[in-house]
Amino acid sequence: MEYLPMGGSIKMIDESLKLAYGEDSEFINDKRIAAVQALSGTGACRLFADFQRRFLPDSQIYIPTPTWSNHHNIWRDAQVPQRTFTYYHPESRGLDFAGLMDDIKNAPNGSFFLLHACAHNPTGVDPTEEQWREISYQFKVKNHFPFFDMAYQGFASGDPERDAKAIRIFLEDGHQIGCAQSYAKNMGLYGQRAGCLSILCEDEMQAVAVKSQLQQIARPMYSNPPVHGSLVVSIILNDPELKSLWLKEVKGMADRIIGMRKALKENLEQLGSPLSWDHITNQIGMFCYSGMTPEQVDRLTNEYHIYMTRNGRISMAGVTTGNVAYLANAIHEMFASLRNNPQCSRSKSIHKAPSNPYP
Amino acid sequence: MMAVAVDISRFEGVPMAPPDPILGVSEAFRADKNDLKLNLGVGAYRTEELQPYVLNVVKKAENLMLEKGENKEYLPIEGLAAFNKATAELLFGADNPVIKQGRVATLQSLSGTGSLRLAAAFIQRYFPEAKVLISSPTWGNHKNIFNDARVPWSEYRYYDPKTVGLDFEGMIADIQAAPDGSFVLLHGCAHNPTGIDPTPEQWEKIADVIQEKKHMPFFDVAYQGFASGSLDEDASSVRLFVERGLEVFVAQSYSKNLGLYAERIGAINVVCSAPEVANRVKSQLKRLARPMYSNPPIHGARIVANVVGDPVMFGEWKQEMEEMAGRIKNVRQKLYDSLSAKDKSGKDWSFILRQIGMFSYTGLNKTQSDNMTDKWHIYMTKDGRISLAGLSLAKCEYLADAIIDSFHNIS
Repeated sequence: MEYLPMGGSIKMIDESLKLAYGEDSEFINDKRIAAVQALSGTGACRLFADFQRRFLPDSQIYIPTPTWSNHHNIWRDAQVPQRTFTYYHPESRGLDFAGLMDDIKNAPNGSFFLLHACAHNPTGVDPTEEQWREISYQFKVKNHFPFFDMAYQGFASGDPERDAKAIRIFLEDGHQIGCAQSYAKNMGLYGQRAGCLSILCEDEMQAVAVKSQLQQIARPMYSNPPVHGSLVVSIILNDPELKSLWLKEVKGMADRIIGMRKALKENLEQLGSPLSWDHITNQIGMFCYSGMTPEQVDRLTNEYHIYMTRNGRISMAGVTTGNVAYLANAIHEMFASLRNNPQCSRSKSIHKAPSNPYP
Repeated sequence: MMAVAVDISRFEGVPMAPPDPILGVSEAFRADKNDLKLNLGVGAYRTEELQPYVLNVVKKAENLMLEKGENKEYLPIEGLAAFNKATAELLFGADNPVIKQGRVATLQSLSGTGSLRLAAAFIQRYFPEAKVLISSPTWGNHKNIFNDARVPWSEYRYYDPKTVGLDFEGMIADIQAAPDGSFVLLHGCAHNPTGIDPTPEQWEKIADVIQEKKHMPFFDVAYQGFASGSLDEDASSVRLFVERGLEVFVAQSYSKNLGLYAERIGAINVVCSAPEVANRVKSQLKRLARPMYSNPPIHGARIVANVVGDPVMFGEWKQEMEEMAGRIKNVRQKLYDSLSAKDKSGKDWSFILRQIGMFSYTGLNKTQSDNMTDKWHIYMTKDGRISLAGLSLAKCEYLADAIIDSFHNIS
């Protein structure tokens, strides 16, 4: 149990880079990636935020609206100024692509953007491949820096390569990216705090320098990262049989969630709900942004003992074949009672949403 | 061909960081092909055969954990409850009034470093005017921690090269001279890098002046049990301060005493005047931890909780700890005996016996330390510090020869 180097387990880092950048990535071969083992996704984001503060002190970070709440805490505690950019479109429960593109264009050249590589948390709304290409192009025009938070690779679609598509598009387009990876969900290593931060640099020498500085940031925070989770990750990914088993298991987890999405939507439709629930299956990953208001959420909690965050985010991971009917029923009944007693709710009534205005 | 706004690397201005002073020693040692080479830079315990040591009780605990098959769900931000309870009881004593009254805010953190950093961040946020006083010398990373947390620090005299002992008067004077309400960073036992600890009487006087100046004592306890072999004895300095009713910060680490180095397991404890205060302090420490790493790693915490929670394993741990501390005491003795026997100058080497813990400040200066390496293939840090944890009985005579040569023939 000797101390890992400050930058963490080399084996774990190497395997992580292959996952994110591609097995045969030229950037890996050319040693252009500065990478360190980090304390899961949080730790990776924090290292990057501190690095930004130290070496790019005039920079700020653009964070999507909404995002995982801890993103705000991380960049705030790192003392990097934050801005937000348009992301979620409440009316369609989908992506506000036009708003997103406007914000990208209006941001000053060379801005830093936090992007969720897949399975956006909390909305579950991801850009399509085409949309990613457009975003990448505009980033090139504006010389923006993309920082990817990839917390769900493999866990979103069931296929790690597919879930890394956005990153691969940006790499193809010649961007230098940053990437936070987490093994919390896709390997179920939550409490082990296993993750990786990588930054694609100009060349090997720069990568060595950047890595050395990331280590300097880590050292007065925790000296060197914990070994146990990194051992589990590197053993699994280094062994073809274990890796293959992992790919099966992660697909199994993703499939179960996709199945629950389908089931919830079907249940609601079968109950005769007049509302549109397409977003349940359009969205991806662990979370479903239901569109429910805090008051509606409170009703579900108080009257039906269903617990979720008050922004209407449902963790589909908590839905099972055993409870999906109950959940659908509760949601349906709750909305029905609102329709029958409109004065009880302060929210706007929810109409069947138009089809996606951004084909 | 798409238009591009600018095309210069953002990281042009990122320089190569200086190499780590300790790591550099190990690297140079690895590169040395000489059979006689000895690595005394290492800050990790080695057996007599100079091998790393995983405690038997740790292996036992890990097997137990595998059998239990517990899940890997996130811990709460403050860490594993069973660990937090065990660690505070170990430090203060289970019957200590501060524990019984619920006045201690304890958070599992990333070993000693992580605990110190959380405390530093807390100090920066809630005591922005305060300064931390650190010993001269101290563990190298202390300064980095307070620098990165943006907490100003200054040094108090500690090591006296003339006596190779404690500059007690200098220490007291400097603590006295500091502005009221400063934080005073104290090594609970086995001072790193000198191995020189205050005596119980000196601790009382240090507590007196800290109390008088309304300073906040801040203990770094990285070697509890490992220094003397006794957990209680090594915690006596902390307990002395707590008994006076003072509010105290204490950072703990299980890296050395349970050999859990790479698991990163430790805790930050804040003894407060009332339970309600402890709750508030704990809540704010959590707010600092969340944007750093969200919640701490489970594995090391479970090992500690299992070992401490089981009387048989706890007993086995105490035994193995005594053995580790005992081995170090034995090499100290042998080194002292060898030096006394071989050195005809009459120099008094007894400071080696008075020092305690993993490290010893030999009193060698940089040039002399270089001679140790260049001529004798003995690797150590340039401040004259040797790690006795990396020394075997078999090598004591060789080391003595090297020290005598470097001390007398090199200036």
